[in-house]
Amino acid sequence: MTSSVPEPPDGNGKGAIGLRAVTKRYGAERVVDQVTLDIFPGEFFSLLGPSGSGKTTTLMMIAGFATVDEGAVTVDGRDIAGAPPQRRGFGMVFQNYAIFPHLNVFENVAFPLRARRLPAEQIRERVAWALGLVRLERFGDRFARQLSGGQQQRVAIARAIVFHPSVVLMDEPLGALDKNLRYEMQVEIKEIQTRLGMTVVYVTHDQEEAMNMSDRIAIMNRGRIEQIGPPAEIYERPANIFIGRFLGEANLVEGRVEDVADGVATLRVADDLTLRAHVCAGSAVGASASLFVRPERVALGTGAAGEGDPAVNRAVGQVRRISFLGNIVRYAVEIAPAALIIVDVQNTGSRRIAAGERVTVSWPVADSLVLVG
Amino acid sequence: MSQRMGDPALMILPAFALLGALFVVPLVWFFIGVLSEESPGEMIERGVAVLSSRAAVTALITTNWIALLVTGVTLLAGYPIAYYLAMSTGWRFAVVLFCIIVPYFTSVIVRTYSWMVLLGRNGLINQALRAAGLTDAPLPLLYNKFGILIGMSYVLMPYMILTLYAAMRGIDPSLVRAAHGLGASRAYAFWKVYFPLSLHGVVSGSLIVFILAIGFFITPALMGGPSDVMIAMLIERAVEITLDWPSAAFMSLLLLAATLLLYAIYYKVTDVRRMMGAAT
Repeated sequence: MTSSVPEPPDGNGKGAIGLRAVTKRYGAERVVDQVTLDIFPGEFFSLLGPSGSGKTTTLMMIAGFATVDEGAVTVDGRDIAGAPPQRRGFGMVFQNYAIFPHLNVFENVAFPLRARRLPAEQIRERVAWALGLVRLERFGDRFARQLSGGQQQRVAIARAIVFHPSVVLMDEPLGALDKNLRYEMQVEIKEIQTRLGMTVVYVTHDQEEAMNMSDRIAIMNRGRIEQIGPPAEIYERPANIFIGRFLGEANLVEGRVEDVADGVATLRVADDLTLRAHVCAGSAVGASASLFVRPERVALGTGAAGEGDPAVNRAVGQVRRISFLGNIVRYAVEIAPAALIIVDVQNTGSRRIAAGERVTVSWPVADSLVLVG
Repeated sequence: MSQRMGDPALMILPAFALLGALFVVPLVWFFIGVLSEESPGEMIERGVAVLSSRAAVTALITTNWIALLVTGVTLLAGYPIAYYLAMSTGWRFAVVLFCIIVPYFTSVIVRTYSWMVLLGRNGLINQALRAAGLTDAPLPLLYNKFGILIGMSYVLMPYMILTLYAAMRGIDPSLVRAAHGLGASRAYAFWKVYFPLSLHGVVSGSLIVFILAIGFFITPALMGGPSDVMIAMLIERAVEITLDWPSAAFMSLLLLAATLLLYAIYYKVTDVRRMMGAAT
């Protein structure tokens, strides 16, 4: 703490967080159930899930605001179960910003430093550094009520990083901002995180937000972790139907597994229609399952493209619904009774297909999965 | 709910009429009736005479001193209670609130007499102390400033606690949590975040208690000693014993002016609070 120029935390390997079979009960209900996680130093890690999935409770247990009923939370290998929040040394950004209304921006950002009794000179330097990082240099003497939502959010971020914590916890920090500003702030947060090399544990229910920023995402549902992995992996290879549905748009066509060979299953969707897809564990012959494919992977045509090719799924159907979404046009094609395939087509300005037309949908077998549960 | 029950200003009219008939009219009538008998010159003379009389000067000093002490005592004792109330839920909250509210609805005279039973020479406290062998002679707990302080603080405590409680309920608990999350110890978070945010309640509560304390009559009259004369008691004496109504009117006017001035400050403080947006 003697250097005059504030040094950001670097990739010094600090800030690893471990959760070992962590459980939290409220009464008989397990709001967090046997969660085991390893968050690496310098990683942007998101806990993503619907409300009530236990993601915020998990974060609060890491922060120390909620007690751990079972299991252990470690930081760089040390168990921190007994430490109160103020001794854990994490930076925190809260859902409603929690800017102190009686302090100006400078004092808000200086708060963690004053609490740590740093000398005045160092406090001035560090606050200036942090405010510069969030581009609020000239707002030091403003109060929260004089700032916009985005500016308040920046103050909260500056306050969380000003003391160079190796770990910053963020609880839905952008929830209150409008959509455009949210995207801007995502880019900014990600940039700061990369620059400082800090570990960020980020809670959100917004899947786009999680995918945009995270190195890895843990999908939570009903207190359990359903899947952990990089955004692209989770998006393209969801472990189950819940994740496939939760993360973006997904086609899930129900059917019965007729045959499994070389990791590819044949799914009977209707009397006159079978589709093929890669299998995951648990899809046995005779079991009911769903075929998963992303709408943007499906091609829409009027011709007979890919006919007879075993690596391509192909079905004929009638366009039931057309949604114009700006950059894409979304078609719903009925390929079998009560089986709709959603197709996203880039709005390139070419001729649009009309509702009621008969079309062919096709997609590579490699882009589809058989999911259960 | 019904859509519109009429102009709100109209609805408050009966209350105003009652207050006017029972309070404002007699007051104005009293001031005019008594003071109009004198010319302005005489009035100034009387004012100077009243203000320079030993009795009035002593009473003014006593009044301010006791009001100040009572404010201090209620604040120091009331803040932790209000804090506990703001932090509690369920039956704890209900029990504490009950203990604060019920005396509030009991007659001041009854409460004052019960304190006299406790504090007297042969009161419960002195009896207990002697029985325990802690004192030989009874402690002088009554008929002095200590007695007044106890009695008045007790009566005025609910005003302080409820005002503080209202201010504390407006404090966003996530701010204190944020302070802890950012590395502040319990004490640091309290003094740097919670207390400053409750400060407007401290000011409002102190002003309310002070305003009420400077006009107090029954409790100091019953529990104080012969030298502990407060301004309200002096007024009563002028009316009842010396029959010097003009002096009584002048002193009343003075008390009323001081009260209104303090109330104006109180009003400003509560207004400032809203401007600060402390409740958000």
